[in-house]
Amino acid sequence: MKICITAKGNTLDAQVEERFGRAPYFIFADEDGSLIEEVANANTNATGGVGPKSVQVIIDHDASTLITGQMGGNAQTALESAGIAVYQYRDSGSVSDAIALFKEDKLKRIL
Amino acid sequence: MKIVVASGKGGTGKSTVSANLGSCLSANREVILADCDVEEPNLHIFFSEASDASDRTCGQDVTVPVPSFDPERCNLCGKCANFCRYGAITVLKDRVILFEKLCHSCGGCRIICPNDAVTEVPRAVGRVIEDDINSNLKLITGVLNEGEAVGIPVIKKVKATAEDAELVILDSAPGSACPAIETIEGADYCILVTESTPFGLHDMALVAEVVRQAGIPAGVVINRSDDRDEETEAFCHEHNLPIIMKIPFSKKIAAVQNRGDLFSSVMPEWQNRFIELFNLISSTVKKERVI
Repeated sequence: MKICITAKGNTLDAQVEERFGRAPYFIFADEDGSLIEEVANANTNATGGVGPKSVQVIIDHDASTLITGQMGGNAQTALESAGIAVYQYRDSGSVSDAIALFKEDKLKRIL
Repeated sequence: MKIVVASGKGGTGKSTVSANLGSCLSANREVILADCDVEEPNLHIFFSEASDASDRTCGQDVTVPVPSFDPERCNLCGKCANFCRYGAITVLKDRVILFEKLCHSCGGCRIICPNDAVTEVPRAVGRVIEDDINSNLKLITGVLNEGEAVGIPVIKKVKATAEDAELVILDSAPGSACPAIETIEGADYCILVTESTPFGLHDMALVAEVVRQAGIPAGVVINRSDDRDEETEAFCHEHNLPIIMKIPFSKKIAAVQNRGDLFSSVMPEWQNRFIELFNLISSTVKKERVI
């Protein structure tokens, strides 16, 4: 299983970024919390359409699950259409913390 | 001749000036009133003969082209989504989805598709309604559909519909952004309507700069004037903007307005004043054309 977590930095220790479309990094990891790949978000400063563009990154990297804080309507539509499960994390912990909570089934599924 | 009525600040009286000017001039010439404030068109309120702009069955659709993806030809290569800087296209594992409100109709996805899978189809974003108010006065109203973000295609259609007329009065959207600029572009004269408040002056200064850069002659109408317009007058003097009319802050005018009537019909002394206003504008435009 490949999980994407939105993050402020490019490591597992980086803080989770609450915003989806404008998150600085997308961290791809497996459910045991091992890093697979980190991708810098090219759309952080784009003027619009960042939601669908960021969903495209998740799809292109074959993640089945997303952990993030919140997203807009277009991103929701794209994620739903792509069948990606979305879990919400709104604390100030790290990417690893969020994955651990996900594994313990303590994150709320929002999509 | 195309006269655009702009203001910067909303609610200063653009539509009041447009409707009264258009109505007075139609006594002895053909006039088109073009409501280019497509997010909130309201000129029709002054004319009982006009269609109800909120009735979605009225008028002709204004469409923009958006892509349609042929699933037989598309191999989900993702080049279109990668090209689209507006994020309007997401390529899933089994199909392509379009966020049509993000699409800017640039046509790039159709050009970049290696498999000829993209065609363009029309999408309605608004309407243009034409009403004959009397034998000389025609009202063209642009209406942007609810939920749409970009009114420019509707404004362009309103302008195109009025293009061949001898005299057009275009009622602009407030502000100094794209909708106002689209309306102002190509005009022969701009009436800037302001009010006796610092807000009116502040926002008028912004749109006055747009009009200056567009090279269009302009004059100022001070609406709801309390006769203490020193700041506005100083601004106009400094920027070579003649004050071409003052409409007083009057309970009588307000009462007529509130009924949806034209104060120039109820108070006929204003008919000559609007005709004089037009004559002044005409002579300014003629002088500009000679230069």
